[in-house]
Amino acid sequence: MIEVENLTKYYNDFCAVDHIDLQIHAGEITGILGPNGAGKTTMLRMLTGFFEPTIGRIKVKDLEMPGDSLKIKSMMGYLPESAPLYHNMIVYDYLAYVGRIKNLAEAQIPGRLKELSDICGLAEIMHKPVSDLSRGLRQRVGLSHALMTDPEILVLDEPTSGLDPNQIAEIREIIKTIGKQKTIVFSTHILSEAEATCDRVVIIGRGKIVADDTTSNLKTRMAKGADITLALAHADPKEVTDLLHRVDPSLTVRRKNQADPEAVSFQIKSLNDKDVMKDIYLAIKETDWVITEFKRDSDSLEHIFHELTKEV
Amino acid sequence: MSRIKTIASKELKDYFTSPVAYIVIPLFLIVTGWFFFSTFFLYDRAGMRDFFTLLPMIFSFIIPAVTMRLFAEEMNIGSYETLLTMPVSFTEIAVGKFTAAVLFTGAMLLPTLSYPVFISFLGELDPGPVIGGYIGALLLGGAYCAIGLFASSLTRSQIIAFIIGSAICFTLTVMDRLLVLMPAGLASFVDFMSASSHFQNIAKGVIDSRDIVYFLSIMIIAVFGTYLVMKERN
Repeated sequence: MIEVENLTKYYNDFCAVDHIDLQIHAGEITGILGPNGAGKTTMLRMLTGFFEPTIGRIKVKDLEMPGDSLKIKSMMGYLPESAPLYHNMIVYDYLAYVGRIKNLAEAQIPGRLKELSDICGLAEIMHKPVSDLSRGLRQRVGLSHALMTDPEILVLDEPTSGLDPNQIAEIREIIKTIGKQKTIVFSTHILSEAEATCDRVVIIGRGKIVADDTTSNLKTRMAKGADITLALAHADPKEVTDLLHRVDPSLTVRRKNQADPEAVSFQIKSLNDKDVMKDIYLAIKETDWVITEFKRDSDSLEHIFHELTKEV
Repeated sequence: MSRIKTIASKELKDYFTSPVAYIVIPLFLIVTGWFFFSTFFLYDRAGMRDFFTLLPMIFSFIIPAVTMRLFAEEMNIGSYETLLTMPVSFTEIAVGKFTAAVLFTGAMLLPTLSYPVFISFLGELDPGPVIGGYIGALLLGGAYCAIGLFASSLTRSQIIAFIIGSAICFTLTVMDRLLVLMPAGLASFVDFMSASSHFQNIAKGVIDSRDIVYFLSIMIIAVFGTYLVMKERN
C-alpha cells in the first residue's frame, strides 16, 4: 500500500530522518514508535505530503510523491499532533468546510457529518466553537476531519498525547473500530499504546529504524531479559534461590526488602533469551509456598525500547 | 476553482465572525471621512480628488493589517499543516486567501460610496474621476492585498507580517515624492514603480492600460511570491 524508499530529511545540517526503507501493507495498523525527537512527526509529514523529502521516494499504490501528491492526499486522512483547528469556527462549519475542500458534493455533506458525529461522538458539540472544546473533544473533531472522505489510509500523529486516561481509551476504541477496514499509520512514544492498538510496530531512534516487527514478536522480545519480581509467603529464601537456579542456572536472583515480614521477595533476571515466568510458576506450584506477588517489571518492559533508541 | 471559492468564502467569513471587520471598517471610515471632510468645505469644489489622494497612504497601513493573519495565524496555530495535507494546491490556497482579502477591501470601500451620493446633492459631480477612482482603488487595494499576503506567508508572527507588508506598501506609496532627489535617469523608473502615481492617473478618470498592467503585475508577482514561499517551506 505504502512504499518508502531511502527516505531522508535534513533540516539544514540536522538529519531528522535518516535513509528509512519501509513497506506498509493494506489493512494493517502500524505504530511508529520512538522517543520525542526521534523523527516520527517528520516522517509522517513526509508521508502526508506536508514536507518534501530531501532524498528518497514515497509511493502509495501506483502513485508517487510529489508528482501525484494531490491524488495521494485525497486518499489519506491525516490528524496532526494536537489536532490544530480553526478556533473561531463552530464544529459543524469547520467540518463542512473540510468536506468542501476534500471535494464532497454539497448535498452529501450533512449526511456525512451525521455519520461522523455518530462514529466520533460529536452530536453534543456540533454547534460549539472549536475554542470552547476540551483537548479530547478537539482530538475527536480532528479525527472526524481525517475520516471525512472515508479515506483508505489514515495517518495519525500521537493521537492520544495530552489526553486523560478516559479520553485515551475512547480515542483508542475509535481507532480500533475504524482500523478494521483501513490502513492506519500512527505514531506514539507510549509503548503500551502501540501494543494495545497496533498489528505491527516500527521503532525509530534518531531518524533510523531500530526495530520493525509484529506487536506479538516485539512483546516476546521485550519479555526476554525482563526483570521479574517474585514474593512468596511461607518460604525459606535459600530454598527459593536453589529452586530458581534449578529452573534456570543462568538466572540472577537478588533478595529484595519486603514490607510484609511473612513473605520473602526476589528480583529475578534472566540472562538468556528465554521467557522463564512459566517455568518458575510450574516449579513453585509443586511446593507449599504461597505466591503473593509475581510480575514482570514494567520498567524492564520499557528497557529494550530505551536501549534500542539510545544506542543508535 | 471550487476550492478557491471555498477558501475565499471561509477567509471572508472569518473577517466577519471575528472582531477584525468591526474594528477595521469603522477605523477606515473614520480616518478617511475625517481627513476628507475636514478640508472638503474649504475648497468649495464638488469632487472626490482629495479622498483618492489620501487612499494610497491609508491603504498602506490598513490593508497589511487586514492581510497579516492570512498565513501567519495558520502557521502559528498549526492549522497550516492540516490545510496543506488536504487535496488542495498551493496556488488554490494563495489565490483563495488573496480573493478573500480583495473582497474585504471591496466591503471596506462600499460604505464610502455614500460620499459621492452626498456630494452630488451639494454640486455637480463629474462621474468620470469617481468611477475611475473606485476602479483604481480596487486595483490598488488588490496590489496591496497581494503584498500583504506575501508578507504574511513569510512569518508566523502577525506583527512582523504587518510591519513587512506596511513597509513595502508605504515605500510604493511615497516613492514618487522622492523624485526630486533622484538623478534624471532613475527618476522615470522610480515614477513608473510608484503605486500612487499609477493610482492617481486612474483616479483622474483616465484608464490607461499601462496603469492596469502595473497593478495586475504587482498582484501576480506577489501571489506568485507567496506560492514560492509556501513551496520553499514545504
